[in-house]
Amino acid sequence: MSLQEAEDRIRQLDAEISDTDDKERRKKLQHEKNSLLAEAYGSISSYDRVYLARKSTRPGVRDYIDRIFTDFFEMHGDRLMRDDPAIIGGIASLDGLSVTVIGHLKGKTLDENLKCNFGMPNPEGYRKALRLMKQAEKFRRPIISFIDTPGAYPGLESEMHGQGEAIARNLMEMGTLTVPIISVVIGEGGSGGALALSVADRIWMLENSVYSILSPEGFASILWKDASRAREAADLMKLTAYDLYDRGIVDRLFGEPAAGLNEKSRSIYERMKNALLQELSVLMKLSGRSLVEQRYKKYRGIGDCSPK
Amino acid sequence: MIPLFQERRQRLTRFKALRPRPIKRTASAPEGLFTRCPDCKQDFLSDQVAANFYVCPGCGYHIKLTAQGRLKMIADKGSIRELNAGLYTTENLDFPGYSEKLTSLQASTGLKEAVITGVCTVEGQSTVIAVMDSRFLMGSMGSVVGEKVSRAVEYATKRRLPIIIFTASGGARMQEGIVSLMQMAKTSNALARHHKAGLLYISCLTHPTTGGVTASFASLGDIILAEPRALIGFAGPRVIEQTIRQTLPEGFQRAEFLLEHGFVDQIVERHALRSTLGSLLRLHAPSSKSFHK
Repeated sequence: MSLQEAEDRIRQLDAEISDTDDKERRKKLQHEKNSLLAEAYGSISSYDRVYLARKSTRPGVRDYIDRIFTDFFEMHGDRLMRDDPAIIGGIASLDGLSVTVIGHLKGKTLDENLKCNFGMPNPEGYRKALRLMKQAEKFRRPIISFIDTPGAYPGLESEMHGQGEAIARNLMEMGTLTVPIISVVIGEGGSGGALALSVADRIWMLENSVYSILSPEGFASILWKDASRAREAADLMKLTAYDLYDRGIVDRLFGEPAAGLNEKSRSIYERMKNALLQELSVLMKLSGRSLVEQRYKKYRGIGDCSPK
Repeated sequence: MIPLFQERRQRLTRFKALRPRPIKRTASAPEGLFTRCPDCKQDFLSDQVAANFYVCPGCGYHIKLTAQGRLKMIADKGSIRELNAGLYTTENLDFPGYSEKLTSLQASTGLKEAVITGVCTVEGQSTVIAVMDSRFLMGSMGSVVGEKVSRAVEYATKRRLPIIIFTASGGARMQEGIVSLMQMAKTSNALARHHKAGLLYISCLTHPTTGGVTASFASLGDIILAEPRALIGFAGPRVIEQTIRQTLPEGFQRAEFLLEHGFVDQIVERHALRSTLGSLLRLHAPSSKSFHK
């Protein structure tokens, strides 16, 4: 049983428990619920993590901005064409330190989802992000980006306006920025659409976030021409935070409660704020040149090859 | 006046007769004697197609080239020195069936990987060159392709040479997962340094160039050329159709579409590619007359 199915069943049981007056039956249901809970959260598969990473009750970029930073001033538009609501960005204070914050915005309600295109940016979003990052460099502010996107939007206009070019430009420019960059994958890290905001000095992931070359559904449909085999694909893809940490791509993990983060989670913000302050104090001691040099080496070393 | 037109028509007819014409394929024809155009489906003598730079003599369709064939067409004869030919990844390649696939493709294509990199001269001008080949796992970029392209760019930066890259790729290589994705950042960062050193990068987009290659080095040229009608885009047409639930307009994501929308500098027909590249290299060659700050 997948975690999603187990959670549905638990909700059902909860309803039955509160409906029934029969003590015996209630005890039986409670017992079933407990064993189900133990089973569901005892062994979480890769695809369960994909499910948790996408859950709508999971904190989004706005929650992190509101609870970690103060004085957030949002900025809009790429100065070329329009504003893309799928990417949010601005200046904020991190315990007195001015920083530039950028992230993918998915939204919580259906209305919000539609407005920000479920967190799938168009080229204008990436160009806005680049504008803000260049501005951060000008004013010597560190950059913090929050990654949470299914991927860059595959649409007519996004192709017309150069989706590929916009992502490519960000990858190249982020490699040359002389201020510290920290990226945190808080939900879904989908392909080039995620990478375009996360060429960073440090990449962090939450325990139930995922980061992959494409969605497990896309992967399954290419490989087996069957998107319903996403569960199998997820196992093969090595997309969990643990997989990426083991592979040396991700520098730090943040633990989550057994059922994943939700609206009530509090401790994550405090932990992340402390980690950001601590890491920035290290990175800000480095010169712009050595930051760029170290960032270059970080990516240069991924996919190392040797002559046979 | 009339005889003048008649004479002109006769002359035209004489020339038309010399043009390669589609030929009816006979069952007894030996293998490889004819080439069928993938677009207009007409058969031509293979020799005629080859002499025409593998452009269909009937409809002008640019037939896919092998990396070896492309190099032969662009580089001065005998000038190519391959770089990092025998590069193997130290990544874990335990994806089911992947290693076997690589081995069988190496045998069938004569390539080690989906890209050949090297140094050569084009019309006498030295340049680093990289050519992708879509026969090799759709020209997808895994660790070896990313590494070879990065090393070629670094070689060019170190020796102050221009670089020309011919792209043909479906994008990042699925089988190597996140490592493939990171090659996009790796190659783009290498190009940033080449760029900063004031050196020329010409990107030549050929059919098809999509996904992670479009979203990294293919789009970063100082000058971006494309072959006629090449498919170039970020998302594949099928994915877009499924997302927006409409059929795509004719010519969408073709080279001409990109030119119109400002993402390509020029579309160059294959027979003119070599001379175009030669001329661009000459225009960027250091000279005593160049302007110094």
